[in-house]
Amino acid sequence: MATTVLGHEQTLPAHGAKTGLWSWITTVDHKRIGILYGATAFFFFLLGGLEALLIRIQLAKPDNNFLSPEAYNQLFTMHGTSMIFLAIMPLSAMFFNFMIPLQIGARDVAFPRLNAFSYWVFLLGGLYLNVSWLFGAAPDAGWFGYANLTSKQFSPGLNVDFWVIGLQILGVSSLAAAVNFFTTVLNLRAPGMRLMWMPIFTWMSFITQILLLLAFPVITVALILLMFDRFFGTGFYVPAAGGDPLLWQHLFWIFGHPEVYILILPAFGIISEVLPVFSRKPLFGYAAMVFSGIFIAFLGFGVWSHHMFATGMGPIADTYFSLATMLIAIPTGVKIFNWLGTIWGGSLQYKTPLYFALGFIAMFIIGGLSGVMHASPPADLQQTDTYFIVAHFHYVMFGGSIFGLTAGAYYWWPKIFGRMLDEGLGKLHFWLMLIGFNLTFFPMHIVGLLGMPRRTYTYPAALGFDTLNLVETVGAFILMVAFLVFIYNVIKTTRGPRNAPADPWNGATLEWSIPSPPPEWNFGQTPQVHSRDPLWETKRARGGPLPEPSPGTGAGIHIPNPSYWPVVSAIGVTAIFASLMMAHKTGYWGVIVAVSILFFGLYNWLFEKGYSEFTTEH
Amino acid sequence: MHHRPAAARRPTGPVPLLLLLALALTGCGQDRYPQTALQPLSDFARIGDHIQDQTFYWALGVFILVEGALLYAIFRFRGRPDDPEPAQIHGNTTIEIIWTLIPALILAAIAVPTVKGIFETGMTPSGQLLKIEVIGHQWWWEFRYPEYNLTTANELHIPTGRTVELLQHSNDVVHSFWPPRIAGKRDVFPGRQTRLWFKADSAGLFPGQCAEFCGIQHARMAFQVRASSPEEFDAWVAHMRTLGPRPAAGAQAGDSLKTASAGGTVQGPQAPAQADTARPAADPEYAKGEQLFRAKGCIGCHSLQAVDAPHGLIGPNLANVGAREYIAAGWLKNTDENLEHWIREPQSLKKGVLMPNLGVTADEAKALRAYLRAHK
Repeated sequence: MATTVLGHEQTLPAHGAKTGLWSWITTVDHKRIGILYGATAFFFFLLGGLEALLIRIQLAKPDNNFLSPEAYNQLFTMHGTSMIFLAIMPLSAMFFNFMIPLQIGARDVAFPRLNAFSYWVFLLGGLYLNVSWLFGAAPDAGWFGYANLTSKQFSPGLNVDFWVIGLQILGVSSLAAAVNFFTTVLNLRAPGMRLMWMPIFTWMSFITQILLLLAFPVITVALILLMFDRFFGTGFYVPAAGGDPLLWQHLFWIFGHPEVYILILPAFGIISEVLPVFSRKPLFGYAAMVFSGIFIAFLGFGVWSHHMFATGMGPIADTYFSLATMLIAIPTGVKIFNWLGTIWGGSLQYKTPLYFALGFIAMFIIGGLSGVMHASPPADLQQTDTYFIVAHFHYVMFGGSIFGLTAGAYYWWPKIFGRMLDEGLGKLHFWLMLIGFNLTFFPMHIVGLLGMPRRTYTYPAALGFDTLNLVETVGAFILMVAFLVFIYNVIKTTRGPRNAPADPWNGATLEWSIPSPPPEWNFGQTPQVHSRDPLWETKRARGGPLPEPSPGTGAGIHIPNPSYWPVVSAIGVTAIFASLMMAHKTGYWGVIVAVSILFFGLYNWLFEKGYSEFTTEH
Repeated sequence: MHHRPAAARRPTGPVPLLLLLALALTGCGQDRYPQTALQPLSDFARIGDHIQDQTFYWALGVFILVEGALLYAIFRFRGRPDDPEPAQIHGNTTIEIIWTLIPALILAAIAVPTVKGIFETGMTPSGQLLKIEVIGHQWWWEFRYPEYNLTTANELHIPTGRTVELLQHSNDVVHSFWPPRIAGKRDVFPGRQTRLWFKADSAGLFPGQCAEFCGIQHARMAFQVRASSPEEFDAWVAHMRTLGPRPAAGAQAGDSLKTASAGGTVQGPQAPAQADTARPAADPEYAKGEQLFRAKGCIGCHSLQAVDAPHGLIGPNLANVGAREYIAAGWLKNTDENLEHWIREPQSLKKGVLMPNLGVTADEAKALRAYLRAHK
């Protein structure tokens, strides 16, 4: 509906201001919501980074007293939780929001107000988790929250309550967003765009939505059982009551392993966009890339117990989960070889996004190979729960996801903000990040095999871990400098002129056919798609670059109205969970108020006129 | 520099490579890494280590090839903006099939020893096994020897050359028992038994620690494995068998004591009283310490008997604490100074530990130290 062009309908003066705080609160424009996602997630990324730096200071020397054990346990729990749920996932969501509609030639997402709702719930959930710091009760049982340490008996404080409730709130956001993007990709593609002509980033994002839709209900159920254990005295995970802590591990990892692919597939998509553009050559083996992504996602649901080899599941289960895990290396290998095939024989244009994309390949290989090393249970019995694993997943999550997302940031920055980032500073950012990253995380492989377990707030000098840990701490501070360079780059270029053309990189996909930044209505005319790389096709037919597109006036184009009901509903959702957490102290009237807020928001949302024609302001 | 026991020597492995890297960084020898997982000293640990070596070399080979190809492409295909458009290749089915099959073959080469290793490590060998119960507590380890009716804590004594089977469970939350030189990890659950077996082939004192996050003092839930020759082990057992219950202390420990976490009742002493071997002749400090051990309530959480030791106590068994290398769960050297400090201020040394600061004075700590030191 949102994309229908109607030239003759009544024009409603429903559009409010285009600037100011209120316009951001009520916006349902996927591009502005994307920017909100990006800014919020980057803030939480810096917070998670700060937590990591404090951890690294504590571990810089043996028997250090810089942090108390409680503070350390809170910091490593919040570092993991924040980086996964508040940084990498929403940074990917920033690109889903901004780029999926543009790449498929749509005017907005399928449900623009639901999109705003997802963002506000995410923001409130993130704040909720972090408000715990003010109570001195930040979550402290690890991002994996293994039962029965999380039971009321062993974690009597509010810490675990904040974690359970915070994750439930964030789950609502992720599920709502997944429904939205799933529908958007299936229903709103431009005429002519077959599924197998979709840009590869949209493809990988689409697969990610399916993973979200299937994995998040599992963690939701697991958390509800934990909530019942904590708030209502049930015993799902309490052995004394006939429950089993192992149940939590299974439920958590049935969610937790697909979650890994939720975190990495969008980065796979970004790399697969950047490499062809800067090699001036199409993606090698497009179909293989699509199907390997699907295959990885499918297998991702059948390997969860490889996180649990040390629980002693017995040889049959160990064998299945080991072999299934090894199988995932095959489609992952196909992806890496196809990326190499893409740059092979190309004409590589060394701009900053390409640096980060190539850095991604180089680093992600290391994470993949160490992953194969602990797919073998007899070897994993030594590796699991040591710094070897910490090294492995940082090579995947940082060397993979963060390098990929950073490549995406430099690649799409001109489209989003209409300004080119500084190339020199961008390359400085890259080299500092590459060096800092490897100094921080490579020694963790060694120190882990030398016997250093994870999640320990200190270690004795006698075990010989000190020098390597000091190197890691130095590396972490180099990483900090790398991101300060990025921030400086953003500030510097934001003060400069709007200098980005519509198509600065000679792009292949539809987002480069419209002005930078795009007008509110995205496409003046709904594009017709005739091939996989539509913009390259057009440029080739024309025999050269296209002239700068005109944004048009937007007259006669239907776009959604701004609305504050998504914010009200998001507050209602958050309040329901928050009041539930406090109910044992305050009674249940808070829950009733919160449910009323949600229904008030939803009622008005449903009966509000959602769409109107765009009115030109001149 | 390298003086590993003969049984641990292997011709290949990532050990030299990784250790070389570690050595380059630290400028010191392998004795600096007493908790290393790269120097296995048992049959069980060697199975995993051998697979790890093989996998590592496959991974190294793939790493060199792929990173090499990447670096070659990075330099070889450098382009300029005004270069002509390169050939527009969309794919190549033959190449794509080849590079799907080659990784599959490599994985098959890893999978074969893996499955073999899974079944080898998963099946407990038959024969004369020494069964030892391992019980995880927040934040210390209890070891019980049903065969000898003995209990000790935080220092696991095992004989070399005999297969040991650990029968593990937890008294509170999930822990993981990890003695890297001897074996990989096995998680320790409440309400569920897990098993681990190994046959140590070298004598020595090897550190290990809990590997599953278990609360505020997870970092300081360590232990030692003391592997000794069968003769020395038998002598230790014979000695421990003399550390039985004493009438006075045992009776006062009482039947009504509740354990903190399990809520169960502590068992009273059942075996006949044995000679009090710990008591040195007429040491006034010892007598004072013995009195304080009751007066300060230490006895409510700690048993001093290795034989017929009660189940479910909050604190570690102290029957042979005087002979242990470390105190406070395997990380604080058992010196007189440390022991007194620990008795006086456990909360400043190990914040959150279930042993409270009991207002013990310096003099009292001296007496308690003398009393405990005599329990060897």
